[in-house]
Formats: sequence, structure tokens, C-alpha cells
Amino acid sequence: MNHFESELGVLKKDFIKMWELVSLQLKNSLSALASMDHEKAQKVMLIEMEVNDLDLKIAKSCENIIALYNPVAVDLRFVLALIKINTYLEKLGDIAAKVSKFVIKSVDPFYNDLINKTQTLAMFEEACDLVDDALIAFKNNDAKKARDIFKRDEFINEINKTAFLAIIDSIKENPANIEKYLKMINLTRRIEKAGDMSKLIAEEIIFYIEAKVIRHDSK
Amino acid sequence: MLKLESKQVNFYYGSSPALKDINLEMESNTVTALIGPSGCGKSTYLRLFNRMNDLIDNTKLTGEVLIDGIDIYKKGINVDTLRKMTGMVFQKPNPFPKSIFENVAYGLRVNGITDKQFIEERVETTIKQVVLWDEVKDKLKKSAFELSGGQQQRLCIARALAIQPSVILMDEPTSALDPISTSKVEELIHELKSKYTIVIVTHNMQQAARVSDHTAFFYLGELVEVGTTKKIFTNPTQEKTQNYITGRFG
Repeated sequence: MNHFESELGVLKKDFIKMWELVSLQLKNSLSALASMDHEKAQKVMLIEMEVNDLDLKIAKSCENIIALYNPVAVDLRFVLALIKINTYLEKLGDIAAKVSKFVIKSVDPFYNDLINKTQTLAMFEEACDLVDDALIAFKNNDAKKARDIFKRDEFINEINKTAFLAIIDSIKENPANIEKYLKMINLTRRIEKAGDMSKLIAEEIIFYIEAKVIRHDSK
Repeated sequence: MLKLESKQVNFYYGSSPALKDINLEMESNTVTALIGPSGCGKSTYLRLFNRMNDLIDNTKLTGEVLIDGIDIYKKGINVDTLRKMTGMVFQKPNPFPKSIFENVAYGLRVNGITDKQFIEERVETTIKQVVLWDEVKDKLKKSAFELSGGQQQRLCIARALAIQPSVILMDEPTSALDPISTSKVEELIHELKSKYTIVIVTHNMQQAARVSDHTAFFYLGELVEVGTTKKIFTNPTQEKTQNYITGRFG
């Protein structure tokens, strides 16, 4: 193994660690949301600091590799994809943290019914699965698995649309609670964004494997 | 317009094949980089275009090597005229043991030009062309050996340009130079492209990426892949090319 390959190996190891931590954050925040458990929500906030540190470390490693080794072809695509995926993972971590903050701040049982009514947990569960499957696609250089994520993100979008309409109906029925409903819209939108992040990650995996830029494309 | 071309070229040192069935086309006013590991045949291929391989005993060529559509190996081709069309720059700067002025004037003199004013004008124009004039204008009569390595290499390029070739062949022209001199030669290649067709052999992948329009990858005497430099360095078609440019070869 040459020096460059060894540096790439270290970077990849950190990167997968970051991915697994973000996945854990998301699962913990899902679990916290399902049971409105403040303790679990607090744990997510603790992991957030570690994720932020890794985000900076990975960004610096990518910069060093480009400056010191001038990677080309597949190596260059790998580093470029990593830079972007790293950003998306950090944003996913933020989403997990914000869901947890929602749990911590929302002591009102009012939300339990609304979470069920809007299928928020199902949407969040699928978003968590997408992040895990994207990691498998990345580890196995599996562009097909990455492509599957696009369709599954549409499922999340559909639930979000339905949830939005359900919340609007509820607002009409019960306008006095509009502030709580708006918080709920905010929550479902964040979870829908987690699906979008997985889609963007899948695009970068395909770019790395196949050298195809598929943004703004029909996939 | 097509400037250089090889059709089904095979070249042998004795009975050992050095080039195998090479088909390659190079357009006018482009820079083509030839890359590949040592012994892959890229320098041998470069030297086909000024028939320098003719100077090596016991070699054999089959196929066609064309400049401007003319097979330069066919009978009746004047090799001196051919070499006037194809200036060559080598790995190590090789100025003659003469003055700076005489190094550039040399090609003109051996071609029978005696007009002093013409020679002076051509020498000045050519040295300016390689962006060396400001550095040497006050010491033209001094020995070329007094120049730095980078200056010597630019002088050698000026010497090649003085006879006004249309093709410049460069065999690792910066491998003996420091980064600043390398950068000057690379800038020069970029400037010269508008007037000349340039073929450069290089072991420096980044240099190939920086200076060339097209890149051809040779391995064990075969042309594995040729394409735009952008394509070769971002997404080569052949696995061998990818392994080579990413340093995973062998």
C-alpha cells in the first residue's frame, strides 16, 4: 500500500465512522420521538458534538489529499463525493438534533396523536433506512442500490404531502392550536429533508462509481 | 486539420517489437501528451516523426507515419527537410558549446542562411518567443552554459523554433528542471500551441493534465487509450489507464 492509499484508507475509516454515528443519531431521535423520551433525545445531542468534530476532520483530510496527492479519475471522484456526502451527513446530524430538541421541548401529549395521524414515525423510519442503505451502497460500490434510493425518497415525499394536508385540516378544525400545528409541519418537513439528503448522497455515490453527474436528471 | 498521423505502425529493435499496431491522429495546433511507464514505447513513437530512430542500427518499421498527409518514410523523402519541419527538445537541456546567440543561429547557418541582418532578427524574434529575451539580451555573446538549467532549456526550444518548424517534439522537456523553470516551459507550450503542433512525452501526470489537449497512454508498445485529456484524467475508459494515472500500476 502506498502513502496515498494509506491516507485514503484513514479518510474512509473516519468517514464510515461519521456515517454510522449520524445513522445512530437518527435512530435514537426516531426512538426518542416514538416514545417522547427526553433522556434518549439528550443522548442525540451528545453525539452531535462528535459528528461535528468528525465533519471538520474529514473536510481537512479531503483538502490535504487534494493538495498533497493531486488525485485523478476515480480517486478524485471519491474525494469530491466524500466532501459533499460529508456535508449532507452533517446536515442529517443536525436534523436528528432538531428532532430531539422537538422531543425535549414538546411535553404536551397533544403531539402524540398528531404524530400518529401524520405517519411521521413511518416517514422517519424510512428516512433512517435510506441513510443505512446509502452506506451499504457506498461500502459495496453498488450504484444500483444507490439508484433505488430515489424511488424510496418519493414514498417519503408522499407521506409528507399527506401529513401536510392532514395538519392543514386540523388547523381549520382547531385554529386555537395553530402554533403547535406549525411546529408539527416544521418537524415533518425536517424529516422529509432527511430523505432528500439520502437522495443527494445517492447521487454522489453514483458520481463516484460511474462518473455520471445525475443532478437535475431523470435519474 | 490533421497534422500528424500513424497508421498500423509497428516498430522493432532487432526482433523485439517496441510499438504494436499504433493508430493515432493529432490535429494541428494541439498538444498531445504521450504517457506510460518506462519502456512502453512513447519516446520511440515520438522519434518516428523526425526519423531519429533511423540513426539506430537494426531497427524496422512497418505501417505509415504521416505529416500533413505525407508518408515521411516513403522513398524520396528528404530527411533534412523533414527535420526542419520538426523541432525537437530533449529531457536534459543540451545547448551547444557556443554563445547564446550562436546556439539559436546554428540551425539557420547550417541551412545555408548567411544574411547577417536576417539571422539577427530571427534570433531576437525567437528568443523573445520563448520569453528569454529580457534575461539574455545583454549577454548574447556569453556561453550558453552560463545560463541556468531552465534558461538553457528555453534556449534549446528557441534553437528548435529558429528554423520555423511546424511540429515540436518534446521528450520529457522539464524532468531536469526546478518547478519555476518547469512552469515557464509549460506556459511556453501553451503560447506555442497557436502556431505549432506539439507532442510531449512526460512522466509527470499533472503536467500532462495541465498542458495537453489530448493524452495517449502507451503500455508495452501498445496504445491502450487515447482521448481528450479531460476525459483521460477524469474518467478513462480502460482499467489499465485508470490504474496507471492513479499510481496503482503493476
